[in-house]
Amino acid sequence: MNSDTYDLAIVGAGPAGMAAARTAAAQDLSVVLLDEQPAPGGQIYRSIRRPAPEDRRILGPDYYHGETLVRDLDHSRIEYRPGTTVWALDDDHTLCASSPEGSTRIHAQRILLATGAQERPVPFPGWTLPGVMTCGAAQILLKSSGLVPSQPLVLAGSGPLLLLIAAQLHRAGVAIEAVLDTTPAGHQLDALPHLPGALRNLPLLWKGLGLLRELKQAGIQRFAQVSDLRALANEEGRLHQVQFHADNATHRLPAQSLLVHQGVVPNVQLSRALGLEHRWHELQQCWHPVTNDWGETSREGVFISGDSAGIAGAKAAEQAGTLVALEVARQLNRLSTTQRDEQARPALKDLARERAIRPFLDALYQPARSFLSPADETLVCRCEEVSAGELRQMVDEGCRGPNQTKAFCRSGMGPCQGRLCGLTVSQVIAERRGVPVDEVGYYQIRMPIKPLTLGELADLHK
Amino acid sequence: MPNASEFPRIETGAAEWVEVEVDGQPIQVRAGDSAAAAVLAAGLVPSRSTPVNNSPRAPYCMMGVCFECLLEIDGTENVQGCMTEVRPGMQIRRQQGARHAEPVTHEDRQS
Amino acid sequence: MQATHHSARTADLCLIGGGLVGLATALGLQRHGLNVTILDEADVALRASRGNFGLVWVQGKGDTLPEYAQISRLSARLWSDLASRLREDTGIDVELQQRGGLYLSLTEQEVADREAMLLRMREAAGGDYPFERLDLQQVRDFIPEAGPEVAGATWCPEDGHVNPLKLMRALTEAFLKHGGQIANSGRVESITPLAQGFKIQTPEGEWQCQKVVLSAGLGNRTLAPMVGLDAPVFPNRGQVLIAERVRPFLHYPTGHVRQTGEGTIQVGDSKEDVGFDSGTTTEVMAQIADRATRMFPILRGLRMVRAWGALRIMTADGYPLYQASEQYPGAYLVTCHSGVTLGAFHAGPLADWIATDQTDLPLEVFNAQRF
Repeated sequence: MNSDTYDLAIVGAGPAGMAAARTAAAQDLSVVLLDEQPAPGGQIYRSIRRPAPEDRRILGPDYYHGETLVRDLDHSRIEYRPGTTVWALDDDHTLCASSPEGSTRIHAQRILLATGAQERPVPFPGWTLPGVMTCGAAQILLKSSGLVPSQPLVLAGSGPLLLLIAAQLHRAGVAIEAVLDTTPAGHQLDALPHLPGALRNLPLLWKGLGLLRELKQAGIQRFAQVSDLRALANEEGRLHQVQFHADNATHRLPAQSLLVHQGVVPNVQLSRALGLEHRWHELQQCWHPVTNDWGETSREGVFISGDSAGIAGAKAAEQAGTLVALEVARQLNRLSTTQRDEQARPALKDLARERAIRPFLDALYQPARSFLSPADETLVCRCEEVSAGELRQMVDEGCRGPNQTKAFCRSGMGPCQGRLCGLTVSQVIAERRGVPVDEVGYYQIRMPIKPLTLGELADLHK
Repeated sequence: MPNASEFPRIETGAAEWVEVEVDGQPIQVRAGDSAAAAVLAAGLVPSRSTPVNNSPRAPYCMMGVCFECLLEIDGTENVQGCMTEVRPGMQIRRQQGARHAEPVTHEDRQS
Repeated sequence: MQATHHSARTADLCLIGGGLVGLATALGLQRHGLNVTILDEADVALRASRGNFGLVWVQGKGDTLPEYAQISRLSARLWSDLASRLREDTGIDVELQQRGGLYLSLTEQEVADREAMLLRMREAAGGDYPFERLDLQQVRDFIPEAGPEVAGATWCPEDGHVNPLKLMRALTEAFLKHGGQIANSGRVESITPLAQGFKIQTPEGEWQCQKVVLSAGLGNRTLAPMVGLDAPVFPNRGQVLIAERVRPFLHYPTGHVRQTGEGTIQVGDSKEDVGFDSGTTTEVMAQIADRATRMFPILRGLRMVRAWGALRIMTADGYPLYQASEQYPGAYLVTCHSGVTLGAFHAGPLADWIATDQTDLPLEVFNAQRF
């Protein structure tokens, strides 16, 4: 079996992966950085080498911070491979990765999974209609193509990214019909006990308040405590109205585009496929793979850092990636334990500050119940078109968990491999059974974690 | 096929432009755009129908996660449009339901 | 429908294991007017039934044991009846097709060996064993997409396939509809023979029943001794690849590749001795893909969306275990690796035997004393 060998293989060229590559290369480790996108940056710094918007004020200085990380990839010890999709990690630390030239095997002493986050699936009636997309998708289109949603445009959801994208689109000259904030009433109170932690990161708090002020000054209509969100279709089956409840009334707004957002959750596809231990995080309402303080998982030599280990944001991801690289350098005898600890100190300090604000944000922006456990009519599995009602019926017929419902109604069997239904399916089952989500568990994910052609797979048999 | 669902483009930095065909109609897009972005710029929405119930869909996540942007690209079906960069002359079409086993051909295609 | 009540739970008959074997047998037992409960494990269990390839397959089965050939063919004949009963009871179409199946080979030698085997079986069956040997041209009459490397095939008109997941669901719904109970009891801890019947202890409490059927697949190994039986079964892993939905083009199932009713392409199967590891491995998946794409080069362009490994319930000779306990009458062992093919047999003659303790079939050849 032919395979290239490195000290450290990193999956994902976002802030965690790029920072780890930079730090590892500085310790003279040979690094291969694999990323499925055509350019480095991850989603947060997407297209940072060549952002589409002419005017830098649109995306703001936080985005352009990514330029330094990308610049540092230009190092003789870093082999950066764009357009390369990792689809398997075998027991012997061999990665299988697909690129336009076919699949190759890559072997490394240590592996870092820095696969980032994805937006939380937000099932509500009509969320599959053409015209509805995630806030993250709109941001990607803005960063990499300078494309903005067709109008009238409505944004709905909860969380910092909702406000950021609204502000960025406004700066880009897009008229926004309304921002619908679905954050439920009690969440400010729930978040209050976590305020002291948040106060350790005042600049971030100010940024959030600044965005709110910016939207207000722009005169953008904002509805609070929005519930019963629905996307309504015209005869051609595409979005034409958004219906919702707010201020004791049902409203309807015309819309060509509806952008939705309910926070982000770790991308755990690869860590799940490895069978690593995951724990349910109640405040973030998602699974976290279990790692030690240096990001190492229960599988020796396999590390996870950044948002794929638990949501903490881009700055935290950068620090976490740095820490992994230092620990790998120690394990591979480039640094002593004392040297590692010394070099880790600034990253640890910054990381603690970034993490301190999370419980406050997590409590404030926890999705409303209706998005976590949607009404019976709502599709949960977009690929196989399975509704919440069907899942509940499966539970009534005796299914205890998502692998049984999968076998019975195909939820999770489509090409997205459960990425857009897995969280919801577990939560719907848990609620119906009246047990905690971690008792219900998650889909058994198996490799390949991305579709690949049978021909490409067959060519590995040599 | 101009219609109200086209995604407009703001002032962008210097870039090359390439011509692709979306459902047989030529359109200029920015080099580096994804095929899914080209479809949105052209207003080709819905951009596919599902193999399960023929339901209309369009790109949703733009980051390779949801598989809603499946397109027929240069005769190959079920290609993730958001993960495919445009090339000059690329032929992009709607994905209609389940794919065929063999590569598809179109009568109106110049070959 | 979950047995979470705390009163004493009783049933005429309990089956331990709610896979295809247990459910089909249970359905047949209900037809005898019995009150039946199935004790089943949690969401994540070995569950060979979920990993099934879905063939209702006759050709080559029972090469060294004519009685196995006999029950396999009997089951295949009973299958359309089971499918229509399930449709009537539940409205679920299990997508049964029995228009024949092909076993393709990439070498002349393999075709010749299979032909010789099937000729022996024909002889053992007194001449009544339909099959044909096909060359590549003849294979293409059935499946035009067969590639140039195909050396030939054997064809049996009695072969077919079914959707195993729909089958699971239909069996479950039919069983529940007829008053059956499925208790998610967790793994059975002990079975105690009583003066009259049995007491079954589980993490979720106790059940009492007159008769008990062990249909727990690999779990039977530890359960059987509790009722004076022996179940020398061991795991054998099979990996299966699933490609995306494609418009119908493969109109006949083959031993390695079939198209499902949904349009997905299933590619299998490997036979690996790897203990209780039901995972997938790149090396074996690549090998499976290599063989399948040589048989059907058109598959090269199809995207694989899922894969799984499942553990077959194997015996040393590959044949089932059907046995009544002599020491503790009322206890039965039922286990095999072909829960789909034998499904109609389990729901019919086998259930009849358990209900009445009488049968015309030579079931004694399937007891564990043969090892």
